[in-house]
Amino acid sequence: MSPDVSPDMSPNLVLVVVIAVLVTTGVYLLLERSLSRVLIGIILLGNGINLSFLVAGGAAGGAPIVGTTPEGEMSDPLPQAMVLTAIVITLGMTAFLLALAYRSWQLHRHDEVQDDVEDRRIARIAARDEPIFEDADADMAKLDLERDAAEARDEIGLSGAATTPSEGPR
Amino acid sequence: MSDLTWLVPLPVMLPLTGAGLALALWRHASAQRVITLVVLSLSLVASVGLLFAQSGSGPLIVDVGGWSAPVGINLVADRLSSLMLAISALVVLCVLVYSLAQGVADGDEETPVAIYHPSYLVLAAGIAIAFLSGDLFNLYVGFEVLLAASYVLITLTGTAERIRSGTIYIVVALLSSVIFLFAIGLAYSATGTVNMAQLAQRLPEIDPGISLALQLLLLLAFGIKAAIFPLSAWLPDSYPTAPAPVTAVFAGLLTKVGVYAIIRIQTLLFPGGRADDLLMWAALATMLVGILGAVAQNDIKRLLSFTLVSHIGFMIFGISLSSEAGMAAAIFYVVHHITVQTTLFLVAGLIERRGGTTSLDHLGGLAKIAPLLAVLFFVPAMNLAGIPPFSGFLGKVGLLEAGVAAGTPMTYALVAGGVVTSLLTLYALVKAWNKAFWQTAPAPVEPVHLPRGMVGSAAVLVVFGIGLTVVAGPLYAYTERAAHDLDDRDGYITAVLPDGGRGSGISDRVAREAAEAREAADEAVDEAEAVTP
Repeated sequence: MSPDVSPDMSPNLVLVVVIAVLVTTGVYLLLERSLSRVLIGIILLGNGINLSFLVAGGAAGGAPIVGTTPEGEMSDPLPQAMVLTAIVITLGMTAFLLALAYRSWQLHRHDEVQDDVEDRRIARIAARDEPIFEDADADMAKLDLERDAAEARDEIGLSGAATTPSEGPR
Repeated sequence: MSDLTWLVPLPVMLPLTGAGLALALWRHASAQRVITLVVLSLSLVASVGLLFAQSGSGPLIVDVGGWSAPVGINLVADRLSSLMLAISALVVLCVLVYSLAQGVADGDEETPVAIYHPSYLVLAAGIAIAFLSGDLFNLYVGFEVLLAASYVLITLTGTAERIRSGTIYIVVALLSSVIFLFAIGLAYSATGTVNMAQLAQRLPEIDPGISLALQLLLLLAFGIKAAIFPLSAWLPDSYPTAPAPVTAVFAGLLTKVGVYAIIRIQTLLFPGGRADDLLMWAALATMLVGILGAVAQNDIKRLLSFTLVSHIGFMIFGISLSSEAGMAAAIFYVVHHITVQTTLFLVAGLIERRGGTTSLDHLGGLAKIAPLLAVLFFVPAMNLAGIPPFSGFLGKVGLLEAGVAAGTPMTYALVAGGVVTSLLTLYALVKAWNKAFWQTAPAPVEPVHLPRGMVGSAAVLVVFGIGLTVVAGPLYAYTERAAHDLDDRDGYITAVLPDGGRGSGISDRVAREAAEAREAADEAVDEAEAVTP
């Protein structure tokens, strides 16, 4: 803002503060469970980033049209063109996410983003230390092996505590 | 050969035009099918033409709208992008034939033609834009085009399961887009340009810290898209629920677009390898974590999604070496992996159709009732695991050789990690094959007819995967030249920005026409003057 210190490079402080607020709120909302909040978070985040392009364009100036504004006072038109593209894209994605949230509400009466069911199942199996496959061919053989191993150890006369079948070969 | 530049926009223009036509003709399913098939075949022809055209003449450049770089936006077809275009056009066409056959056999339920075909064409166009773009912002637009189409495809038919997984996919993709956009804004304010050739000239001149921040932001954005380890959790969650052809094309191409973008920025914009150590760690973690995830799965589609993540690590390994040998091997590996991963997902779709499920608990005995299917799964599975003489083996050998040639402890660790990953891939896939094809079937399977088009297109890709071994010599030589081109940035920069690296800002054609018009005007004046006295 101060024109004596490299006038083109100093960013507009108001814009920077607005960007910081938008991005912070956006990230916070993005971490929520409800898809509507995530959506609002994405919108805020996207708009914060869009504003950052205005900062990237340097100091504001007149309309960049030859004839209306002297060349030195024009604002940079390129970031504005890019922001327009980005705004249109964000708008389209927002519409799609809204439709998705509505569909989720139609199906479940809520729009919470759920966990991966299969992931949970595999984590549960791992926690219980079970084999992941129910092997149709090998199941019986494996049980027999465990029992055989337990019996064999008994014959040698080791203490019973060490031969609990639950500690089968894994 | 420069008169072949008209080929460059075709892989973008043809699918986009087709998408518009297909959308306009949404009531006429058969017309849509014909349009999609014709358009994608033509774009395959154009892409292959481009592959040979630029191979002789150097990068082909099209100035969109008659404004050349650095003023206008340009499309650049160099060795790397043409190769990626050609391979992706082939894969897209094969998957289309597969889904057409599926649609004919099943009716519209799984892939409703009116929506499926336009989105599929837009996806193809978006991939082509991303590969051809010579401008960072245009690359962003290409990403958005392909992502928007992919959002539609992944939530097709809107079932509860697809809505759930689609939501995660979309939110993560949007986040990566926002990060990418932020990086573009920063790059513009730091350098005043978004043209990649001009960025390549100016980035070395800016503050190294800012340059590094830009590089890391871009790597973060592309890392999410390419599913590199800490950023990969979304992929195995979202891909398996989509229809089989959609999963196949996503698995084959979308992550590779991210890998392509990483190759581009690492070689053109940020040479010198300041992020190489980071990429090496990421590559090692991606390979190992991905494959350990695959070993734990008992659903074929999820297992394949995890191997997809894991093998992205191989490509990042090649890129992180920052050597021509590493890059050549990485590009070869990308080509191999696009083909093989797509094939495996297509065959997984066939298995689901034949056996009624993709869960390894409920499959079995398919080798007896569908021996062809067993072969179709076995060959690409061995190819992915890297059994000689398949292309996966050649790509991995190239990577390992490049790693050993670099000779640091970290690259040796990567070589070891790569070998372990290959072995675990072999274990996971052989286990899946045994379960699905050899174990006694838990329940008798009803006889189902597999449509010829579906089996045929999967078989074509299997054969193409084997064919990569046959043409491996010339192909590897080509990827070596491509890697050499990437290493020699000046070639790219002077091709895009002639006149001593400044660029004319006005395309040759427009300049020529303007000169002709001026001459014509001068002649007219001369004639008028000659007549007046």
